[in-house]
Amino acid sequence: MLASLMGWVDARFPATKLWKEHLSEYYAPKNFNFWYFFGSLALLVLVLQIVTGIFLTIHYKPDTALAFASVEYIMRDVEWGWLIRYLHSTGASAFFVVIYLHMFRGLIYGSYKQPRELVWIFGMLLYLALMAEAFMGYLLPWGQMSYWGAQVIISLFGAVPFIGEQLSLWIRGDFVVADATLNRFFAFHVIAVPLAILGLVAAHIIALHEVGSNNPDGVEIKKHKDSNGIPLDGIPFHPYYTVKDIVGVTVFLFIFSLILFYMPEFGGWFLEHANFIPADPFKTPEHIAPVWYFTPFYAILRAVPSIAGSAFPGVVAMGLSIVFLFLLPWLDRSPVKSIRYRGVYFRTALWLFTISFLILGFLGTQPVTALYTAMAQVCSIVYFAFFILMPFYTKIDNDKPVPERVTSK
Amino acid sequence: MRTLIFAVFFSFMSMASSSLMAASGGLHLDKANIDLTDQASLQRGAKTFVNYCLSCHEASYMRYNRMAQDIGLSEEQVLNNLMFASDKIGDTMTIAMRGEDAKKWFGVIPPDLSVITRAKGTDWLYTYLRSFYLDGSKQITGTNNLAFKDVGMPHVLWQQQGYLAQDEETHGLISATDGTKSTGEYDVMVQDLTNFMAYIGEPSKLQRLALGKWVLLYLVILFLVVYPMKKAFWRDIH
Repeated sequence: MLASLMGWVDARFPATKLWKEHLSEYYAPKNFNFWYFFGSLALLVLVLQIVTGIFLTIHYKPDTALAFASVEYIMRDVEWGWLIRYLHSTGASAFFVVIYLHMFRGLIYGSYKQPRELVWIFGMLLYLALMAEAFMGYLLPWGQMSYWGAQVIISLFGAVPFIGEQLSLWIRGDFVVADATLNRFFAFHVIAVPLAILGLVAAHIIALHEVGSNNPDGVEIKKHKDSNGIPLDGIPFHPYYTVKDIVGVTVFLFIFSLILFYMPEFGGWFLEHANFIPADPFKTPEHIAPVWYFTPFYAILRAVPSIAGSAFPGVVAMGLSIVFLFLLPWLDRSPVKSIRYRGVYFRTALWLFTISFLILGFLGTQPVTALYTAMAQVCSIVYFAFFILMPFYTKIDNDKPVPERVTSK
Repeated sequence: MRTLIFAVFFSFMSMASSSLMAASGGLHLDKANIDLTDQASLQRGAKTFVNYCLSCHEASYMRYNRMAQDIGLSEEQVLNNLMFASDKIGDTMTIAMRGEDAKKWFGVIPPDLSVITRAKGTDWLYTYLRSFYLDGSKQITGTNNLAFKDVGMPHVLWQQQGYLAQDEETHGLISATDGTKSTGEYDVMVQDLTNFMAYIGEPSKLQRLALGKWVLLYLVILFLVVYPMKKAFWRDIH
């Protein structure tokens, strides 16, 4: 009965074919480790954000006179509204935690390298879309940090020579962040950017399944196949990685729930204290800091000195800090993918880069002082040097021999 | 590597729990030590709140009937004793004073207090309400505040606390006139008020904490099922 039903469907839609290609007969390397949980977790958080987002949209009002109150209405008068809202706000930060770890995995195991350049490019586009999504979403509660954060970031576009002022006016739809801005950010946050994200996720996964997953050894499992054409070091994604990812999901949800139920503001890192004060265009907060996931780039922005009173060089540096990530597949000249077999130059460079990125993240949360600016400048130089010098140090690195087959752990 | 990740994560957790509040401006904040499960304290705080705060300030996101239910009062008790500003039990805590009048009288519109503890913190609020002192340079209110310089709000609880004055040498606050309450009694009164305001800041908080442990317990049990399942599936993979 069920088989004949599936036959009927399969004659009209490739359901079984898709299931096989992407799950039951998608052969993934058998040596995935801890770092390989974050892809599926990112998908989980995406679904969580979309579902909770739909429920929030039902009750939220994108109107400067009503927005702040409507969020409190959700927190108080809507059944389980507090849970939905905290799921969404904690989910936003969790999304970035998961994505940063996922990207770091790509860095250490060379997952961006040939033939996975497009997987990486789609992933980077996803990261950009996620940043846009988070930035616009943060305006919606219409608190002081929502307002002034948006005000500061949009005014950065004003630093672009010649067209800057017109550009920021065009983005805001008003001379300051106002009702027009809130409405359009709402539209982008709930439909435009999520659509782009869903499309990009599909492209990311299709590209990945075309070339096959990388692994901690950075060897291509497709080079060694059995008589049936199945990679010797490959195992079907389903059931092996589905059951493994369920374990990852359970552990993730435990940490996620711990934060959600016991510290949803996460000490002001996930929900900033000043955002519990309604937006007031006449009262600038003492200290404006973006949410933690943007702070490394914010620190780079502030580290670059203005030229002739224009913050444009800082804006360019911030933009370049993202652009360089896109170029990784072509900057890296080493034949070796995984850090396990990389030479000392790349290992050192990656450590320095990671430490600088974390320090920049901290500095971006802090008020400007002479010492902090100097530190941010040093870290920014390290950040860019990692990319600019990469073609040289990866070329002359004393890489180790890579095994033919994957190793067990 | 895995240990390193957890080390980073937990140091981040501890960093997060040391609060980021910058509102105090360097002033030492006294600990409010509130207890949201203490219904008697919440009820006393509610009484102080409606009597002394809720004529200039609103708490316009907080409903009376929700409050009644959460702090252990009947709707009749609330209607008869705590509702001066409205008459319907389902109303929110709004006031009659118009914003433009408030601006004329105080220079600012007194802020809505619904979520003020979430913005400023309970320790700040507890300290603030105990830090008014006489200041002759303040023409309208006659008082200033250590936690909030040049605040437009007068010392509303002066009858209870009495007035304090700033010691010229130590800059600490000393008693200038006696109030109806001793220092200890006044501290408890403010603590109750702070407790109540923390409650209205997030009425669902107790519900959240209560639910949390069941969710975590469920996930632990789920782990005990899914981890052996993974092991079983992977037994023949080498």
